[in-house]
Amino acid sequence: MRKLTTPLTEEVVRSLHAGDHVLLSGVVYTARDAAHLRMLECLEKGEPLPMPLEGQVIYYAGPTPTPEGRPVGSIGPTTSTRMDASTPTLLSLGLKGMIGKGMRGKNVMDAMQQYPSVYFAAVGGAAALMAKCVTSLEVVAWDDLGPESVKRLTLEELPLVVAADCYGNDAFELGQRAYLETLE
Amino acid sequence: MREIDAKLITDTVARLCVEANRNLPGDVACALEKAAGEETFAPAKDLLDILIRNKDIAREEQMPICQDTGMAIIFAEIGQEVHILGDFTEAVNKGVSIGYTEGLLRKSVVRDPLRRVNTGDNTPAVIHTTLVPGDKITITVAPKGFGSENMSRLAMLPPAKGIEGVKAFVRETVQLAGANPCPPMVLGVGIGADFEGVAELAKRALMVPLTEQNPDPFYAELEQALLEIANETGVGPQGLGGKTTCLGVHVLAAPTHIASLPVAVNVSCHVTRHQTAVI
Repeated sequence: MRKLTTPLTEEVVRSLHAGDHVLLSGVVYTARDAAHLRMLECLEKGEPLPMPLEGQVIYYAGPTPTPEGRPVGSIGPTTSTRMDASTPTLLSLGLKGMIGKGMRGKNVMDAMQQYPSVYFAAVGGAAALMAKCVTSLEVVAWDDLGPESVKRLTLEELPLVVAADCYGNDAFELGQRAYLETLE
Repeated sequence: MREIDAKLITDTVARLCVEANRNLPGDVACALEKAAGEETFAPAKDLLDILIRNKDIAREEQMPICQDTGMAIIFAEIGQEVHILGDFTEAVNKGVSIGYTEGLLRKSVVRDPLRRVNTGDNTPAVIHTTLVPGDKITITVAPKGFGSENMSRLAMLPPAKGIEGVKAFVRETVQLAGANPCPPMVLGVGIGADFEGVAELAKRALMVPLTEQNPDPFYAELEQALLEIANETGVGPQGLGGKTTCLGVHVLAAPTHIASLPVAVNVSCHVTRHQTAVI
């Protein structure tokens, strides 16, 4: 299986195709609904964001509290489409990848072609298993949001599927069609 | 009258919150294993194997199965001959607070739907109480994730739509849900009652073990038909295609008005959790 490390370059993004299985390592940042709203507020006010965007990957996730002696609690993806409204802005600022679950809206699929980037699907609900692929967690902003704060994670070979690529292809559509074709 | 100290209710709820989030009920675990054995599409089979490994890891290491440890939905059947010493609602919420805090479960509840400040201890719970004969209290804690809750739907169909209307609505709900509710899904379908009643029926239907079917053969047949309809969509595990879109469908029906055919579909995920205790 192909191994990738963050930050992602445009060259790497362009080499990824919907349906590819990859193992992702390196630093990513968690942000979900509330953090996205705050990021947009920051940008509107001209304030700096709490994390870099250029080449970075955002993981739509809010882990359970970290138990003693472990780097992280259970952690899996949340539904990505709720972040669709704010995603094109972040992509225009250099964000290269997103990790979540479920399909994206047309506005995101279009923006991913305009600003070449990749959307990965993690296995929704497999949070105890995927916690084993996170080696460190540190809150970097908005601690008051609790599970929705922005956290810096270090991943070690997190198994992901390329759910949408920078060519407008969607692994959900392709996968469902491929299965239904086996029935014909 | 049998007296039950509210503290016993608190302790029971706290324990059930933690247990429900770490241990997938046997019926759901069996359904996952059966589905993996019968899945014909290789990528889907791989995903089902991951879900099985995940629930095994959660149980062995006593970790939450899913990071969305849910809003705590409580069903309490309270015996008419019970006298509770203390405030019942307060006792339940205290149990949720202790369970979610000490059990290191995620706090996913905001105080107000528009002003959205996290309550910090996952309270308040959604509490459904029913008075029943007897001197016991039966409490079920069902942590409900909202990735799937968000994909749930309700319709007030005209009676003329009949059973075909119900089937079409369920099919449409599964298709619209797609990958979002972490399929394979479990569907709770309510039919009848009134607007809020049908939604509660749908939620209660999610508590019925997947090993059981509706005792009325007419509805048992409908459950089977709806399961087949869901699995014909090809959505598959995680929405990436496959035979296994749905692990089970339960229908609960109730009397309704001559003018309506209410139907509600409460969508749940492969981590459909509930634990019950009798006090």
